[in-house]
Amino acid sequence: MSQVYEPYRRPEDLGAPPVESATMVRLTIDGKTVTVPEGTMVIRAAALAGINIPKLCASDMLESFGSCRLCLVEIEGARGLPASCTTEVAEGMEVTTQNPRLADVRRNVMELYISDHPLDCLTCPTNGDCELQDMAGAVGLRDVRYGYAGENHLDAEKDESNPYFTFDPSKCIVCSRCVRACDEVQGTYALTIDGRGFDSRVAASQDQPFIDSECVSCGACVQACPTATLTETSLIEMGQPEHSVITTCAYCGVGCSFRAEMKGEEVVKMIPNKDGHANHGHSCVKGRFAFGYATHADRITAPLIRDSIRDPWREVSWKEAIDFAAGRLKEIRDTHGPDSIGGITSSRCTNEETYLVQKMVRSAFGNNNVDTCARVCHSPTGYGLKSTLGASAGTQAFDSVLKADVIMIIGANPTVAHPVFASQMKRRLREGARLIVIDPLQIDLVRSAHVEADCHLQLRPGTNVAIINALAHAVLSEGLEDRPYIEERCDLDAFDDWRRFILEERNSPEALAEVSGVPAEDVRAAARLYAAGPNSAIYYGLGVSEHAQGSTMVMGIANLAMATGNLGREGVGVSPLRGQNNVQGACDMGSFPHEMPGYRHISDAETRALFEREWGVELLPTPGFRIPNMFDAAIAGDFKGLYVQGEDMAQSDPDITHVSDALSSLECLIVQDLFLTETAKFAHVFLPGSSFLEKNGTYTNAERRISPVRKVMKPLTGYEDWEVTQLLANAMGYPMNYGHAGEIMDEIARLTPTFSGVSYEKLDRLGSIQWPCNEKAERGTPTMHVDTFVRGKGLFRLTPYVATQERSTSRYPLLLTTGRVLSQYNVGAQTRRTRNVQWHGEDILEIHPHDAEQRGIEQGDWVGLKSRAGDTVLRADITERVQPGVVYTTFHHPESGANVVTTDNSDWATNCPEYKVTAVQAYKVTRLSDWQLEFGEFTETQLEFLRKARTPADA
Amino acid sequence: MADEARKVFVPRDTAARSMGADDVAAAIAAEAAGRGESVTVVRNGSRGLYWLEPMIEVEAGGVRHAYGPVQSADVPALFDAGFLAAGRHALGVGPTEEIPWLAKQSRLTFARVGITDPLSLDDYRAHGGYAGLARAVEMPREEIIEIVTESGLRGRGGAAFPTGVKWRTVLNAKGAQKYVTCNADEGDSGTFADRMVMESDPFVLIEGMTIAGLAVGATIGYVYLRAEYPLAIRIMNEAIGIAEAAGLLGRSVMDSGRAFHLEVREAAGAYICGEETSMLESLEGKRGMIRYRPPLPAIKGLFGAPTIVNNVITLASVPIILAEGAEHYRDYGTGRSRGTLTVQLAGNVKRGGLVEIGFGHTLRELLEDFGGGTATGRPIRAVQAGGPLGAYVHPSQFDTPLDYEAFAKFGGMIGHGGLVVFDDTVDMGEQARFAMEFCAIESCGKCTPCRIGAVRGVEVIDRILSGVDESGNLLLLRDLCDTMVAGSLCALGGMAPFPVISVLDHFPEDLRAR
Repeated sequence: MSQVYEPYRRPEDLGAPPVESATMVRLTIDGKTVTVPEGTMVIRAAALAGINIPKLCASDMLESFGSCRLCLVEIEGARGLPASCTTEVAEGMEVTTQNPRLADVRRNVMELYISDHPLDCLTCPTNGDCELQDMAGAVGLRDVRYGYAGENHLDAEKDESNPYFTFDPSKCIVCSRCVRACDEVQGTYALTIDGRGFDSRVAASQDQPFIDSECVSCGACVQACPTATLTETSLIEMGQPEHSVITTCAYCGVGCSFRAEMKGEEVVKMIPNKDGHANHGHSCVKGRFAFGYATHADRITAPLIRDSIRDPWREVSWKEAIDFAAGRLKEIRDTHGPDSIGGITSSRCTNEETYLVQKMVRSAFGNNNVDTCARVCHSPTGYGLKSTLGASAGTQAFDSVLKADVIMIIGANPTVAHPVFASQMKRRLREGARLIVIDPLQIDLVRSAHVEADCHLQLRPGTNVAIINALAHAVLSEGLEDRPYIEERCDLDAFDDWRRFILEERNSPEALAEVSGVPAEDVRAAARLYAAGPNSAIYYGLGVSEHAQGSTMVMGIANLAMATGNLGREGVGVSPLRGQNNVQGACDMGSFPHEMPGYRHISDAETRALFEREWGVELLPTPGFRIPNMFDAAIAGDFKGLYVQGEDMAQSDPDITHVSDALSSLECLIVQDLFLTETAKFAHVFLPGSSFLEKNGTYTNAERRISPVRKVMKPLTGYEDWEVTQLLANAMGYPMNYGHAGEIMDEIARLTPTFSGVSYEKLDRLGSIQWPCNEKAERGTPTMHVDTFVRGKGLFRLTPYVATQERSTSRYPLLLTTGRVLSQYNVGAQTRRTRNVQWHGEDILEIHPHDAEQRGIEQGDWVGLKSRAGDTVLRADITERVQPGVVYTTFHHPESGANVVTTDNSDWATNCPEYKVTAVQAYKVTRLSDWQLEFGEFTETQLEFLRKARTPADA
Repeated sequence: MADEARKVFVPRDTAARSMGADDVAAAIAAEAAGRGESVTVVRNGSRGLYWLEPMIEVEAGGVRHAYGPVQSADVPALFDAGFLAAGRHALGVGPTEEIPWLAKQSRLTFARVGITDPLSLDDYRAHGGYAGLARAVEMPREEIIEIVTESGLRGRGGAAFPTGVKWRTVLNAKGAQKYVTCNADEGDSGTFADRMVMESDPFVLIEGMTIAGLAVGATIGYVYLRAEYPLAIRIMNEAIGIAEAAGLLGRSVMDSGRAFHLEVREAAGAYICGEETSMLESLEGKRGMIRYRPPLPAIKGLFGAPTIVNNVITLASVPIILAEGAEHYRDYGTGRSRGTLTVQLAGNVKRGGLVEIGFGHTLRELLEDFGGGTATGRPIRAVQAGGPLGAYVHPSQFDTPLDYEAFAKFGGMIGHGGLVVFDDTVDMGEQARFAMEFCAIESCGKCTPCRIGAVRGVEVIDRILSGVDESGNLLLLRDLCDTMVAGSLCALGGMAPFPVISVLDHFPEDLRAR
C-alpha cells in the first residue's frame, strides 16, 4: 500500500520527459552502465540509474530548457560542460556528474542565485519543501561573496489577487518553469517573461494581476515552481503536509488522480498525481483548489427529519432517522403498492454507492424504480453506442488523442468542462493535428493560443442529426468511405440500407444547409478532412446527447466512424466526454431501471437468476420508472416515496416547476447529500452525506477507467455513504452486511463479466484499471473494439433527421442552449461553496449584439427569459460567442432558474431532456421573475427551518 | 560624343551619407545644371575608404579618379578644377584603383562594392554577377557543396565553422521544408561589412543565398536584417524585387525548375538576436531567447526545419567561389583560414574602413600599414578584435597573423573582423566594466551566469575600482569570469568575460583602486 499512503515527500522528478524509441542506447554515468531509449536526456538517464544531478529549471513534466546551469556535467570527448538536461544520450557516452570542477561551477552559480534571494528560509512557506534550498545544500554553498547589497528584486511586490495562490516575485529565480508549465502542460500561454537580462520577471498576460489575466488557475505553475514564488495559499496558512494519500478527483469525467497532501485529517493541498493515468500530473482549478466545500460551514452532519415540508427540521440520531425513513417507505409501499416507491442515484456517487442503491431498490424496495442522473445527460450515449458497436462506453483512452491526426469535437466545450483532457488535446493540436468543431457556440478551442479549428460548423441548435447525415452524405457521395474496413467488420446489409438512406438527396449538405445554417461547402470540407485522417477521432459532449434526437445523433456519430474505419485502434474512436466524475460508473452499475450491472437487460432471465442467487430475492423482469415517469406518477398520486442519493433534480432537471410539483407531491422524500440542496428543501428525511475525502470507493471516468477514492479523513457524519444505504436497506428488512467498500466491489466483480478482474488489491497495485477487466484482459482495456466490435458486426443504424418541436416562432424567436463554465461544477453545490465564486458569482445570459440591440438590451441589463415552460431573469452579456438567434446560459446557481425555462421535451429513446434547445423570448426587465421571488421566499423559509434544527431548543 | 554625360559616382552608402554624400550629390547636380554640363550622378556603394568619405569618383578615359573627402562647399572648386576630366584638385587622390590602401587589398567578396550601381542588375552581371549561380543551377547539389567545402570557406559571422560542412548537414537532414537564413543583424562594435554588402552589392547576397538554397534543397530564405539599417532594408527589398522580376528568384530560378523565395525580415533590435538560435526564435515571431544546442539549427532550425544560418559575408563569398572555382578562393589565406577576411578598421584609427585581405597578414600590418596608427596620433594601447566579446589585444600581441587558430591561441578572436583601436588615454578598467555592463544590458535573461553574473561583474569591478577589498574582489572577478565562461548557455555570457580577462592579464594596472 506504500504508493497510496505514505509520509509526505516531494514527488520524484527525473529532470526530463520520457522518450519513446525502439532503439536503446547504452552509456556510462559515473561508472554505472545505463540503458535508455534513444533521445533520452542524460539527466533522466542518470536519475533512472539513481544518480541525482543538481537541477532547478529541469523537470520531467516540461521540455528541456537549459537555463539554470546546475546540471552541467563532463562528457568524455565533449567540449566544455554540457547541460545534462539538454544533452541526449549517445552510445558509449561516458558522463561524469561529480568532480571538483563541476562542484565549483555549481557552487558559483548557486552563489549568484542567492545573491538575489531573500534569506528568510525559516519563515518561508516552502521551508522544508524548496528546491532552491535543497540545491544550496547539495552544492555546499557557504558564503555569498557578492554580498546582498547589489542590485536585487527583494522589494518586488506580492500579487495575492488569486484566491488560491500567491505570487511573490522577490523569490523568483526566473527558471521559467511556471511559464513553460502554462504553455506546455496547460496550453493557456497566460504567463510570460517580461523584461530581459536582470530585469526578467514572470508576468501574467500584459503584466496584470493574476486574477485579471488569462490565467485559468489550473495551478500547473504553482506545482512547477521550485521556490516559494508561486505557493498555494493553503500551504502558506497551514505549513507543510506530513503524509499523502492517492485518491481521485470528485469533479468532472476526466477523473484526475491526486495526492491529497495531509496534515493529520486536514487537506493542505491537492497535487495532481504524476502517475495518474488520466491526468499525468495535471489538474484544473476545480480539482486542485476547490475542495474547501468539504469542510464548509453549510455541511450538515447530523440527520434531520420532519413530517411535512412546511415544518421545521428536527435533528435526530441516525437510528431515529433511519427508522423514520424506513417506516415511512414501508408504510407507503403497504398502502399504495410496491410501485409507489423508488430511488435515484447520482453520477457524483461512487460505483459502490450506486451499486448499493440499485441493489436496495431492486431487493429491499422490491421493484426496478431506480434511475440515475445519467438519464439527463448521457443516456443516449449508452443507447446509441450499445446498439451500433455493442458497448455503452467510449472506445478510447484519453491518451489516444496524442495519436490522432484529425480531432472532431461535437457539442462539447472541453476547455471548461474537461479542462485537463482539453490540455492534452491542445498539446496534440499544437503538434499539428487538425481540428473540426461542430457547435452552435464559438467555444474556446475554435481559436485560442496556438490552436485554431480548421472547420467550425456553427450549426443551429437542434440540427445535429442534419449535420451528421450531411457529413456522411459527403463521405459516401465522394467515395471517401473505408470499404475494406466496412466489409471486414460491419453488417453489410445494414450498411447497404444506411448507404441508400444517406445518399438520398434530402441528406446532402446542400439540401440541409438551410436547416442547419452551415454552408454545404464547409460540411464537405469537414467531411473530407475527417475521412482523410488517417487517424480521426470524435469527442462529444452533452451538446450531442441532450436533444430530442440525442440517441439518433450518437448512432449517427458511430455510423460515420465505422464508415471511415475510425474505430478499433489508438488515435481514432468515438469518445463521449462525461460531464460528471462517475457518469460512466453510474451507468455501469445498473442504476437504470431496465438494466442490471454490466448493461444486461432486466428481462434476461439468466442475468436475473445470477443476481437472484447472490441477493437471495426474486427480481421483477420488467423495467421500473425512469426519473420523468417518477415525477409524472408523483403528480398523478401513484408514486409517493423516493430515496435520493447525491442528486439534485430540483436544480438540474428541466422544467423545474414540474419537478417542484412532483417533489411536493411526495409523502416521503429522503435526501442523502452534503448540503441542504434544492431537492432537499422538499425532503422529509435528510441523511447527511460524506464527501469524497471521507470515504472509500471507486469512480469510473469517461475512458472507462476505474480509479480508487480513498478515505483521507473520518466522515464528519460518522458514516460513509454506502453505510447509510446499508442501514436503510437493513431497516427495510433486507439484510446487508458489508464491512468495507471493497467487499461491494468484490460482489460487483463476481456478478459482472466486464468487471470480473477488478479488485481493490489490483487497484492499489496498478493505480487504475480500464474495463473490461477480466480473464481476457487482466490489466484492463484501453482501446475497445480492436479486432471486432463488441456486438460482433458493427451495425449501421438509420438516422433520419426530424426537427425538434422547439423551434423559433414569432412568440419565442430565440433558441436557448445551456452549458458550463470552468470554475463551477454542475449544480454548483460544491463549487459555490469554495473561493471559485470569485469567477462566476451568477449565471448570465449570453446574447448576440444584433439580438440585444433589437431588444434595447445593454451589457449587464436584467433580461427576462421566457419559454413555454416558464420564465426567469438573468443579467445580459452581449457577445459574439453566440450566433444571432441563439442565447446561452449556465445553471450553476439555483436562483438563476435556467431550468425553469427548459422544457419537458426529451430524447425519443431515453428521455434524456432536450436542455440544449428551448425556444425563448428575451426582453428587458427591471425586476426578478415571479418564480425567482417565490424561490427566494421558499429558500428563506427552508433555511430558517434548518437553522431551527441546528439551534439548541433552549434558545 | 562631347555631349555624352559624364558619370560622377557619389556613394549612397550610409557612412558616406552620414558624412554629407547626399548634399554633395545634390550640389554636383545643381552645379552641373548651372554650368550647362551634362553630368550623370551615379549613387554607387562605398569603396570602404571611410576616412575619405564622401569620396566621389569620376570616370575619365575609362579610369575612375577619386576625390575626397568632399563637402558640398567644395563642389564649385572641383568643377573649376575640371574634375569631370580628372583635373587636379587638392582633394584628388588619383586613380581609385591605384590608391595603395585599396591596391593592396584582395577584393573577392567585395569585388563590385563601390564600383557598381547597387540596384543595377546589368551592372552586376557586367561585373561577373550571377556567373556563380549560372554554374550552380547546372550542378548536382552535392557538387555545389563540394566546391564550397573545397574552398575552405568558414563562417564569417564569428564562429568560423566550415560552411560546406554546415550545408552538407542541412542537405542530409530529413525535412520536407528547409530554409536558408542570413544573419544580417550586424551588431558588433566597429563592424559594417555586412551593411556595406547589402547597401553596395545586394545581388551578391541574393545570389549567394540562392546558391545555398539550391545546394541544400531549401526553397525559402530569410534575411534577418538589422532594423537600424533602414537603407540596407530598402535596398535589399528593391533588389529582391528586381531579381524576382528577372526570374533569378521565385518558382523557377534561372528556369531551372527549382524554386527559391527570399524575404527580408526586420530584426527585433537586440544584440542577442544576432545569436543564431535567438535569431531563429525572433524570425519565428517570438521573443529572442537562446535555444540550447544541439540540436543544431542545421538539423532543427527555423520552425523546427533544417536550416542554414550564415552571416552576410559568408553567403556573399559563395558566388565568386562558384564562379571562379574553389582553388581561386582557397589560394588566398593561410593554414586552416582560407580565402579573404573582411577587416573593418574602426575606433581611434587614422584610416578607417573596409580591408578585404587574405588571411595571414599580421595585426600590425592592418593597424599600421592600412590604419596608419591612431587618429589622435598617440600610440595604440589596445585593440579590441572581434566585437564587444573579443579580447583586448595588447601591443605585444600585434604580430599575431590574422588566422582564426593563431588568435584563439592567446584567447582572442577574429570574429566578424571588427578591429576597434584605442590610444594610450584609454582606461582599461572602464573597458572591462563596459564588457560586463554590455552583457548585463544585452543578456536575454535565460541562463543564470549571464543574467545575474554580468550584473554582479559590474558591481565587483566597481568595488575593485573604488578600493573595496581589492584582492578579494579580483579573485572573485576571476571566479565569476570562469563561471560565466563555463556555465553560460550561449556566447554572450560565455564570451563577455574575455575582454575582462584580457584586461586582468595584460592591463592589470588599470584594474585597481583609483
